[in-house]
Amino acid sequence: MTGITDAVPRNVLEVSDLSVEYRGENRTTRAVDRVSFTIGPGEAFGLAGESGCGKSTAANAIMRLLRDPAVITGGSILFNGRDVLAMSPDELRSFRWREVSMVFQSAMNSLNPVMTIGDQIADIFTTHEGLTKKQALVRAADLLDLVQIDAGRLKAYPHQLSGGMRQRVVIAMAVALHPMLLIMDEPTTALDVVVQQEIMAQIADLQRELGFSILFITHDMSLMIELSNRMAVMYAGRFVETADAQELFANPRHPYTRALINAFPPLHGPVGELTGLGEGVRFSNIPDLVEVSPGHLAALDPVSNHDIPGGRS
Amino acid sequence: MSATDASEVVILAASAQPEKVPAEPLPGPRARREGLVRSLLRNRKAFAGLVIIAIFLLLALLAPVLAPGDPSLITSLGAKAPSTEHLFGTTPKGQDVLALTMWGSRSSLLVGFVVGLAATAIAILVGLTSAFYGRAIDDGLSLVTNVFLLLPGLPLLVILAAFLPRGLGTVILVLTITGWAGGARVLRSQALSIRGKDFVAAAIVTGETRFRIMFREILPNMASIVMITLLGTVIFGIGAQAGLEFLGLGDPSVVSWGTNLYWASNDGALISGYWWAFVPSGAAIAFVAFALALINYGVDEVSNPRLRTARRRPFGTGTEVAR
Amino acid sequence: MRFVLRRLGFYLVAFWVSVTLNFLLPRVMPGDPISRMMSQSQGRMTPEQVVQMQALFGLDNRPILQQYIGYWHSLFTGEMGVSISRFPTPVSEVIASQIGWTILLGSTALLIAVVIGNLLGILAAWRRGGVLDSALPPILVFIGSFPYFWLAMGALDVFGVVLGWFPLRHAFSAGATPSLSPEFIGDVAMHLVLPAMTIVVVSVGGWMLAMRNTMITTTSEDYIVMAEAKGLKANRIMFRYAARNATLPAVTNFGMAIGFVVGGALLTEVVFAYPGVGFQLLSAVTALDYPLMQGIFLTITGAVLVANFIVDMVYVRLDPRVRAS
Repeated sequence: MTGITDAVPRNVLEVSDLSVEYRGENRTTRAVDRVSFTIGPGEAFGLAGESGCGKSTAANAIMRLLRDPAVITGGSILFNGRDVLAMSPDELRSFRWREVSMVFQSAMNSLNPVMTIGDQIADIFTTHEGLTKKQALVRAADLLDLVQIDAGRLKAYPHQLSGGMRQRVVIAMAVALHPMLLIMDEPTTALDVVVQQEIMAQIADLQRELGFSILFITHDMSLMIELSNRMAVMYAGRFVETADAQELFANPRHPYTRALINAFPPLHGPVGELTGLGEGVRFSNIPDLVEVSPGHLAALDPVSNHDIPGGRS
Repeated sequence: MSATDASEVVILAASAQPEKVPAEPLPGPRARREGLVRSLLRNRKAFAGLVIIAIFLLLALLAPVLAPGDPSLITSLGAKAPSTEHLFGTTPKGQDVLALTMWGSRSSLLVGFVVGLAATAIAILVGLTSAFYGRAIDDGLSLVTNVFLLLPGLPLLVILAAFLPRGLGTVILVLTITGWAGGARVLRSQALSIRGKDFVAAAIVTGETRFRIMFREILPNMASIVMITLLGTVIFGIGAQAGLEFLGLGDPSVVSWGTNLYWASNDGALISGYWWAFVPSGAAIAFVAFALALINYGVDEVSNPRLRTARRRPFGTGTEVAR
Repeated sequence: MRFVLRRLGFYLVAFWVSVTLNFLLPRVMPGDPISRMMSQSQGRMTPEQVVQMQALFGLDNRPILQQYIGYWHSLFTGEMGVSISRFPTPVSEVIASQIGWTILLGSTALLIAVVIGNLLGILAAWRRGGVLDSALPPILVFIGSFPYFWLAMGALDVFGVVLGWFPLRHAFSAGATPSLSPEFIGDVAMHLVLPAMTIVVVSVGGWMLAMRNTMITTTSEDYIVMAEAKGLKANRIMFRYAARNATLPAVTNFGMAIGFVVGGALLTEVVFAYPGVGFQLLSAVTALDYPLMQGIFLTITGAVLVANFIVDMVYVRLDPRVRAS
């Protein structure tokens, strides 16, 4: 329902033409190649692709977390209208976690092994809100409550928790300051299927309650259907297709998208044969996205509406 | 710890990480060690080190030519400061310091390298066997290794050397006994990590004997860490030999850098301020040890890219933007 | 707890090895040590002492097992024989009078080197490629390449003989009576400077490099990236997150380093005639005072083992993962 607002609600995240290179001693690799997308308030955006396609690089670039030898070589990242790439180190520090936060793939590795959970959560509050340690620990207990973990666990060390618990702790940490955007980089890949479901449910709950946007990265497309409003498929640093989640699954236009969807066959329905893309098929010179139907873009040749012939090797 | 121990500490520090292993070998059946020597030569540190070592080796070989005669002959010259006649001066016994230093390199380098080779050989044997045969053998060998690592080196050296007859052989023997343990520990952890790789499992399944697997499959992949161990042990050998000789436990009749320093101290050169009598030999030890350490760091850098000096931004400034 | 017990067991084994080594060495030694010692002591050995020496060297024809047990027994009663060179003082007394100085020298030097070295290492890793990181390590390694005693000799020459800033030898000025007065302590401190600084200068490079390399590996861990993402301040990340983890291997190395420092302290004592057990060991070797040599070896080894055990306890406190197991 559109209210009588005088301005269109601003996009939380606007990435335009983003390019990231890894500059090595002998050669340079372009990990993200002119990628553009937007995420609106409260929206869940899914980013899918195989390992090495550049999705993690793109996600880390948003918070400017990439380290040497990564360099952002082009494009812009606007967060609520602010130019992230122009921020000074101090602005960056206060921007991080307050406006955008991130959930990494392996919670075990994201947590400091020699600090208690409580201390690591309290860190957030003492740094960003200037609370005392004591006050921060109270808030930490509240956070754990939010993800259904007993407050007694505040004194525990990361290795003393189960995998699922650790991931919930990390998610709780991510929502601590009520950021507008949560970036989730394959948050369930390291977990078994049952726990996976719990975590996905937890994320959905939190989103309903707190209303943040999500950038959800995964290689498992089926996981995203439930959660995402819109989705994009990435290959070799470029977007090959983007559309509403339902639309993408119903009408995948790019051959790669189809192959990726088919890689995770549904539990029900006829049992088809897994064909994949074909032996040695790659895509090079991926063209820019063109609109193939309202809100649905794909990297197809605008004239023939197929992927560029001869663009396959 | 001097650099006789510094590289050991680097090795030890690296090996003290629970799961990390010092160097990353190219895994694969008898992997072509991608021109380890070639990439070493390209590394500046290693190249500098190699040049220095080469110079000393040359001096050692050419000593009889460049400084003929017996340098330890006592003359009536007495201690003289450096001059055109005696570039490094003379000792209180009237011996030419330059000649002593050059001749000294022969014994010092020889003992150093022999100890290095022997100790490394033992370390390889113990480390690989421990890693490969596992369980009881591993426990036993590890215990022995750790005990030897724990017992303080110099007192052990002193007490061993004191009870055995004086001579170069004793020096080599006791140094080897005290020097192999560090390498064994590092090599064991490296071998363990390689052992877990698939190509080793494949070799076992196809029926290669354990011995063959150890030496034809695993060892070649450890080239860089073996090299580091070898160089580290040589450094240890040279330094510890000098220490022993300085204490009078070596063979005082042999001319070596350590005995030069022993005599310099005994003849009162130090107190009398005849600095030229002890500076050259000590400096020689330092240069050789430093050169070996340089090569070591070169090897480490070549095999562990993370340690190469990165064009590194200050911590906490965020990804570089270069639009 | 299991960790503690395992370490304790290990140290006991090590101690057993050194005692057994001490026991076996004189028995496998070629030649006749007794007559050598008798000539050294210039015939002042009483028949009882000779008997005791024979027992010590196993030349009294008792079965070897009995000798072994007897050796352990005498160890437990603190009986390490009589010193030949300081006849007729018992070995244990000789050692007890000097060991304090070695402990003073060793611990001072070790503590200073560890603190400075590790701090430098952390700073160097923080600003990779900066001045500290590129210039200092090669310099320190170069200095560390010099043999301990050589640097000691150099320091003695430059600062003692030439510049005359510090005393040349001994732990305190001749004629001064030991007391806890400020003057005496100051005197001791002055005499401590050169020997301690020599050890520090030689060893600090090793510490710095080890810490730096550990830090570099640690800062590439995921939890550091997470800490950055959390927007934490850089120095909090450096110290509370990175360094705190990097010190764990450093603590392990500390234990090892104790053994190295002992060696360095021994040599330094010789150069500066510092009256610790190192200096004593050398004079014992020169005088062929085997009982004293053995006594010192055992004492030093025992001390190193105890120190290592203490370090292990500290490690347990610091690493929660070990504590839990």
